Amino acid sequence: MNNTPESLIYEISVPGRVGVNLPDCDVPKARLPAELTRDELDLPEVSELQVVRHFVNLSQKNMAIDRNFYPLGSCTMKYNPKLNEDMARLTGFAQLHPLTDEAGAQGALALMHTLQEWLAEIAGFTGCSMAPAAGAQGELAGILMIRAFHRDRGDEKRTKILVPNSAHGTNPATVTMAGLTAVELPSDNRGNVDLEALRAACDDTIAGMMITVPSTLGLFDSNIVEIIQLVHECGGLMYMDGANMNSLLGIVKPGELGFDVMHYNLHKTFSTPHGGGGPGCGAVGANDRLKDYLPGPISAIVEPAGEKNPAPLYGLVTPVRSIGRLKAFQGNFGMHVRAYAYIAAYGGEGLRDVSKYAVLNANYVRASLNDVYTVPYDRYCAHEFVMEGHWKDAPGIHALDIAKRLMDYNFHPPTNYFPLIVPEALLIEPTETEDKATLDAFIEVMRKIAAEAKSQPDLLHDAPHDAPVGRVDEVRAAKQLMLCCRPEPDWRRSKADAPATT
Amino acid sequence: MSYIPHTDAEREQMLAAIGAKTIEELFDAVPEQYRFPAMNLPKALSEMDIVAEMQALSEANDHAGDFAIFRGAGAYHHFVPSVVNHMLLRGEFYTAYTPYQPEVSQGTLQAIYEYQSMLCQLTGMDAANASHYDGATSLAEAVTVAQEVARHKRRKIVLSAGIHPQYREVVRTYHQWANLDIVGDEAVRSAADLGALIDDQTSMVAVAYPNYFGQVEDIVALAATAHEKGALLVVVANPMALALLKSPGELGADIVVGEGQPLGIPLSYGGPYVGFFACREEYVRRIAGRIVGETIDKEGRRAFVMTLRPREQDIRREKATSNICTNQGLMALAATVYLSLMGKTGLRHAAELCYHKAHYLADQLDDLIGYRVDRSLPFFNEIVVKCPRSVDHLNAALSKRGIIGGIDLGKDYPHLQDHMLLCVTELNRKREIDTLVEVLKEVRYE
Amino acid sequence: MGNWKTPETLKYAKSDEWLLLEGETATLGVSDYAQDQLNDIVFVELPSVGDQISAGDAFGNVESVKAASDLISPVSGTVTEVNSALEGTPELLNSDPYGKGWIVKIAVSDASGAAGLMDAAAYSAFCETR
Repeated sequence: MNNTPESLIYEISVPGRVGVNLPDCDVPKARLPAELTRDELDLPEVSELQVVRHFVNLSQKNMAIDRNFYPLGSCTMKYNPKLNEDMARLTGFAQLHPLTDEAGAQGALALMHTLQEWLAEIAGFTGCSMAPAAGAQGELAGILMIRAFHRDRGDEKRTKILVPNSAHGTNPATVTMAGLTAVELPSDNRGNVDLEALRAACDDTIAGMMITVPSTLGLFDSNIVEIIQLVHECGGLMYMDGANMNSLLGIVKPGELGFDVMHYNLHKTFSTPHGGGGPGCGAVGANDRLKDYLPGPISAIVEPAGEKNPAPLYGLVTPVRSIGRLKAFQGNFGMHVRAYAYIAAYGGEGLRDVSKYAVLNANYVRASLNDVYTVPYDRYCAHEFVMEGHWKDAPGIHALDIAKRLMDYNFHPPTNYFPLIVPEALLIEPTETEDKATLDAFIEVMRKIAAEAKSQPDLLHDAPHDAPVGRVDEVRAAKQLMLCCRPEPDWRRSKADAPATT
Repeated sequence: MSYIPHTDAEREQMLAAIGAKTIEELFDAVPEQYRFPAMNLPKALSEMDIVAEMQALSEANDHAGDFAIFRGAGAYHHFVPSVVNHMLLRGEFYTAYTPYQPEVSQGTLQAIYEYQSMLCQLTGMDAANASHYDGATSLAEAVTVAQEVARHKRRKIVLSAGIHPQYREVVRTYHQWANLDIVGDEAVRSAADLGALIDDQTSMVAVAYPNYFGQVEDIVALAATAHEKGALLVVVANPMALALLKSPGELGADIVVGEGQPLGIPLSYGGPYVGFFACREEYVRRIAGRIVGETIDKEGRRAFVMTLRPREQDIRREKATSNICTNQGLMALAATVYLSLMGKTGLRHAAELCYHKAHYLADQLDDLIGYRVDRSLPFFNEIVVKCPRSVDHLNAALSKRGIIGGIDLGKDYPHLQDHMLLCVTELNRKREIDTLVEVLKEVRYE
Repeated sequence: MGNWKTPETLKYAKSDEWLLLEGETATLGVSDYAQDQLNDIVFVELPSVGDQISAGDAFGNVESVKAASDLISPVSGTVTEVNSALEGTPELLNSDPYGKGWIVKIAVSDASGAAGLMDAAAYSAFCETR
């Protein structure tokens, strides 16, 4: 990694330096009213080479899939094919205005429509919307759909959503955003939903249940059919959090299991890049009961192929009972293009292999580490598994120390401290694109760290030793907030009476 | 094709280590009757086949490579320097995830910090977050912040009809169960008339700057009215216009949100874009989403880290005010690289080109009998033009001449039948503008 | 195990607030146990003087780097005073939770909720079980 400190772009700015050349104005200039225009705009003044070097230097301070094994559980950090980047940058996609008349966007609409059909087929649903911008937005869509469904049946007393205690934080937060109440369910000693607790909670106030399959512990809940049945019997609907879909492709279709609605994370399962934290796409699939509530717009065939037109005519439509629009325009279309290229590359049987090998890799790492780390639910796992990053004979060592020590060996740490129900959790998701040699190297390092934890604990406490920065002072960051590097603008300093706020 | 690296021999070794005979066995917990369903999907394609298929789909669109574009309305065709794309294609950026581990994410963290800094400059605010999904969702999140600031004791939200219609739809989707009274956008109102709707039950008023019609409204008085009543002023801004116009902070805004797409992000049929969100310091603990702060590491070196984390869903769970867990990281990076390159003079230059060219178009249309440009307010780079024919008719004619004309305002604003919203950017050369005017002239009475 | 201070003069809530009731005035803070669990406290959100507080409702919160905890009042009333020193020095909650780290004073209108609070011995025992 690049351990040389990199100045802020503002710190290398020199007054009068210009990084870009624009053409001269080729029309007569209009008057610029002084009362509307600003005097100051404190942006950097740097050359093109300075910009390139600055951001290349910064990039080298990151771990990333292209550089490192990145077993960040629940995030599915698989290889992001380069081809997909090229496809998203094809002029006809990248330079297409979102409000182009539908007749002039048939290629884009056909792509979206095909992808909707593919995603619906993969998960066993009859409808799909590509509108949500991220998994969290897909969740919001799904819960709003469930709530609207009950409202339309005049069943307004259903105000609770069941959420297992192993759930991602987005699940309960989503329930609150939709104005409903999250009711937490315990897990049993096998990591499954506690069926007795579920049975006790099911009544006519339950709007539905949100559940991640396989669970955030990386386990297939063997009672899933019964869980779905119980919730359906009390009149609730089932939402599947599709975060862990990477272990279900061609393995089981959530719609066939009985789920009513789910979201897909195109940036996990279908390899659209994580981009340092987005953009994503949280497409939503739904069955016949809920598909009319999907968020709009979706791509639909508005005129089938016939004598007049050899190809069907596509258009953007809003489902009849839609919960509404979640963002401007048609969703993160650039992500749709990438996911399309990914699914086209694998085909149906290839996708099944994706999940098979994702699960094979996770089980291989689990089976190779479960003698030195505590694996609390030590059975066949799905695409990821959780283990505990602490030992009785290594007091003072925490999961965080293991995570930091891994950096010294050039591995990105697994997710730690999630799921919350496992103490000192390390959630490991290798993904299918990692080869055996990489996994073996990781396993060897993890075993070595386990030994170091007991023999040289300070090696872990002081880690990382060779990163761009050492452990950072988060308390200082939160207490002495420094959220931007610029001084106050002149107008603020000169105006003693800055606009008042109450 | 496949990106799975395993050989048969490796698979067998791995299964042996696990103690399983087949991979299929690993799925024992999946109910048997549902296990391994048929997948009705196409067969795998080679890379060559994928390229051919997708190129065909791409070319089945009327895109800016082939057409001159005079369409804006929330998505703008601006010049993007080559460097921006090269930086986005650095795998160290685009194949990393949310910077949970600051020691090995300083690149992403520092870039976000620089993004926040530049957005504060543009907007005249004290703090900005690492971004939201897009301009529309930023506005929806601003409503949440205003409600939090008012401690949910005020239920009225005033929205200007001059805010993008789709943004207003998104606000209503997000808050459909919040029992809010969202008013103001039933009719196009002046800033003064909008101000008259603010009362002591109002938590915020939102106005666009420039508005959806490209016009620059006077928001100073609106800010005063809002603050007098204890409400927040939320400004939905076009960041390119902010290179030229007074910052919303200077005019009295409390929160500034908007669509960052004009800052180096391609049109891409509507996304991914980046929603910016900036506010005064006193509201910073209320805002959703990631925020990066500067601090030091244990050796005293400057370091960056995500801060104010306990507001977020993974810690607050059902008590969080938003479920957002990512930002639009890569798109925020695009904006950061773009703003760095364009810099102080370049961005201003681009904004001025937009302004002058739009005014040139307006001047040409003023001379064209049958068309009338709305000059009731100053405008930036979009103009409302009353047309002698239906907008669809005009656009069909323009399309034949390789031009994508403006949108039909009548679809969202019934009183604006036969009104076209035209947009001009620095990419529109004079000859394109002249051709546009020529075609509009030719077809006006056809 | 725990070595948390629990002054005898105070009452304690299950949600880890302490309460000192003196006539019509209640003073509230968070317990030594709570500050220890939260670790470095970086921010305290205070109510405003004059705010009405209902028993059982959150009236503010305490944030560390990794957690946030709502402040819940066991009694109802009107805020008469807030410890504004906490705005600049939230670490007072860590260093002196029962003294300089007090959070809010309330003119009590309904003290019935105080009846359900624990005394020091019961609270100590309660903390040990967690």
